[in-house]
Amino acid sequence: MQLISILLLVFPLLGFLTIGLFQRQMNRNLSGILASVTIFINFVLAAFLFGYVTSSNQVLEVPLFDWIKFADISIPFALTIDRLSALMLMIVNGVGLLIHIYSIGYMKEDESVNRFFAYLNLFIFFMLILVLGSDYLMLFIGWEGVGLSSYLLIGFWFKDHANNNAAKKAFIMNRIGDLGFLLGIFLLFSTFKTLSVSDIAAKASLMPSGNMTLTIVTMCLFVGAMGKSAQIPLFTWLPDAMAGPTPVSALIHAATMVTAGIYLIARSSVLFVLSPLTMNVILVVGAVTALVGGLIAIYQNDIKKILAYSTVSQLGFLFMALGLGSFSGAMFHLTTHAFFKALLFLAAGSVIHALSGEQDIRKMGGLRSKIPFTFALFIVGTIAISGIPPFAGFFSKEVILTAAFEHGTAMGVFATCISLLTTIYMFRLLFVVFFKPAGKDFKPAHSVHESPKVMLYPMAVLAILSTVAGFVQLPKLFSETQGFDNYLAPIFAKANGLVAASEPTLSVQTEWLIFILPLCVIALLVFYSYNRFVNAKELTPATGIQKVLADKFYFDEIYDFLFVKPLGFLSDFFRQAVDQTIINGFVNAVGNGTLFAGKRLRRLQTGNVGFYLVIMVFSVIAILFFNIIL
Amino acid sequence: MESAITQFQIIPLQYYILFCSALFSIGVIGVLAKRNALVIFMSVELMLNSANLLLAAFSAYRNDPAGQIFVFFIMVVAAAEVAIGLALLVVVYRSTHSIDIYKLDRLKW
Repeated sequence: MQLISILLLVFPLLGFLTIGLFQRQMNRNLSGILASVTIFINFVLAAFLFGYVTSSNQVLEVPLFDWIKFADISIPFALTIDRLSALMLMIVNGVGLLIHIYSIGYMKEDESVNRFFAYLNLFIFFMLILVLGSDYLMLFIGWEGVGLSSYLLIGFWFKDHANNNAAKKAFIMNRIGDLGFLLGIFLLFSTFKTLSVSDIAAKASLMPSGNMTLTIVTMCLFVGAMGKSAQIPLFTWLPDAMAGPTPVSALIHAATMVTAGIYLIARSSVLFVLSPLTMNVILVVGAVTALVGGLIAIYQNDIKKILAYSTVSQLGFLFMALGLGSFSGAMFHLTTHAFFKALLFLAAGSVIHALSGEQDIRKMGGLRSKIPFTFALFIVGTIAISGIPPFAGFFSKEVILTAAFEHGTAMGVFATCISLLTTIYMFRLLFVVFFKPAGKDFKPAHSVHESPKVMLYPMAVLAILSTVAGFVQLPKLFSETQGFDNYLAPIFAKANGLVAASEPTLSVQTEWLIFILPLCVIALLVFYSYNRFVNAKELTPATGIQKVLADKFYFDEIYDFLFVKPLGFLSDFFRQAVDQTIINGFVNAVGNGTLFAGKRLRRLQTGNVGFYLVIMVFSVIAILFFNIIL
Repeated sequence: MESAITQFQIIPLQYYILFCSALFSIGVIGVLAKRNALVIFMSVELMLNSANLLLAAFSAYRNDPAGQIFVFFIMVVAAAEVAIGLALLVVVYRSTHSIDIYKLDRLKW
């Protein structure tokens, strides 16, 4: 059993090394198949572990080796497989496998396809380290590693400088978050003298709620999560990250890497539950992010950017769930979101592939009849994300909305409004791309063709999952099937036990209201969007306050003004004053001094033998004098 | 043997020291002030021989044969050095047709 856990890490690493080291020699088709095979084996192993952990309700600890060991401090390299890790394993490996298979078709004509699959395998490797790590330091290694893979994959087409800038932006913003994470780790270590998650949870549960140290630690960890999971203010990298290939956007920036922040907080649930201040901060930040992301998404015109801002908004929603204390609800929505967001991104990739690289939705239209399979898959994804039953999004959002209403009616209404924004922008996207008759800008380079089967099958699997994955947890209104909650109950038992006793439970009428009212509003919004976007002649350019939204609230411009330009001036100053003048001047002075001394000393070489003899005699006399007399 | 040595010791040692110093100085001046390479070699020999004489004198005055043994060493070195030096001088003469040391001035900056 322990061997299986270790093998989980070995296969992607082997895949990366093999494909990466033999990039030039390897057959183009082979790299994709090899990469997919490694992840398939991983998926089988993960399924096996998942079954084992679920049935035996044990936590599997796999110590690998002692990593840091001095004095009485010991930080081992160890894996922990409990139900939370097993769930994440299934998501990462399952969705990763589907995206690998999809990429075989999508990246077929690319010249560096081998490098692509090497990087994908590397990403899976680091993500698994992140998920399986049993202490915060190992989690951090995986954290940094997925940031690196994200950088490599966003800047995959590195010959275009815009892609490089996007990759740098992603990595640097991640790094800013990592600083917070590191500070959190340092504080944790100095407080608890250990970094193992389970040990810290055990020791922390003895501390009183609202302890200042715990609050600071959790704030630092949340800063790390903000950077990785694209919350305000560190979210502008995610839309820019759409410069990478679409499978990358699907895997990293929808399903797995951006969920690392949520995984971190879920893992440290004990710490966070004992810091109500941090929970409130998480709630507020998540809510604002969800709102801002949703508002910006309504006015974007690039198909991938709409989905990117949708991801930002959904991540904000997830953080709201965490802030409300609904950890298993957040994990449930994380799972379903992974399914339908990956589906949407892959379907968007299919649309882009069909239109030979066109990404602007103003230049699309009427694709419903031309690419019917993609259309069907896109509809499934749209309905799922909007939270329409019986698709998966509805059930996971229900859990979060119920938690919001339990917190307070105002919070519940706010959360409902945010999830209604999803309906608006997603259906706008659906209608403009597929239903609206093609306008005069519709000029695809080749004829519009459906994607090959190797791309459609993974999307079909994701569509099926988006449909049925919700049924593991029905709202309390209807039945007692609380599969997800029960599954993760042992993980969050400690955290839930520490929360102050009973929250107000909702009356049955309120629950029915929560259920019915959003559905009615969704139906209204769908009809409105249909009229607005399908029947309108053109997508009117945005004016006034709409322009602020369309220009992304000027976040990028503000950051440019506040941070990028001053740093540019500072680095120019250092280059000129310190590097050129002082350091270069010093080095040049040394060189010039040597030349000058040489010029003077050269004159000793007169070529006159008599002169040499005189010097020899006087030198001997001097040596004798100084040795004997002195 | 003792009678020869006691006969030697009638002349005070200072005479030997002064004499050898004068010889050495003459040798040094010959090395520094002469242009003829052969004369410079001769001056070097003169310096070596002055050292020899001084060593022999000290050996006689202190009844210690070690000084005279050392003279042998110096003579060997002098002989070897002369052999090589003259051979070099012959080769130099073949290329410059002169034994004036001031004619060897090409190795300058």
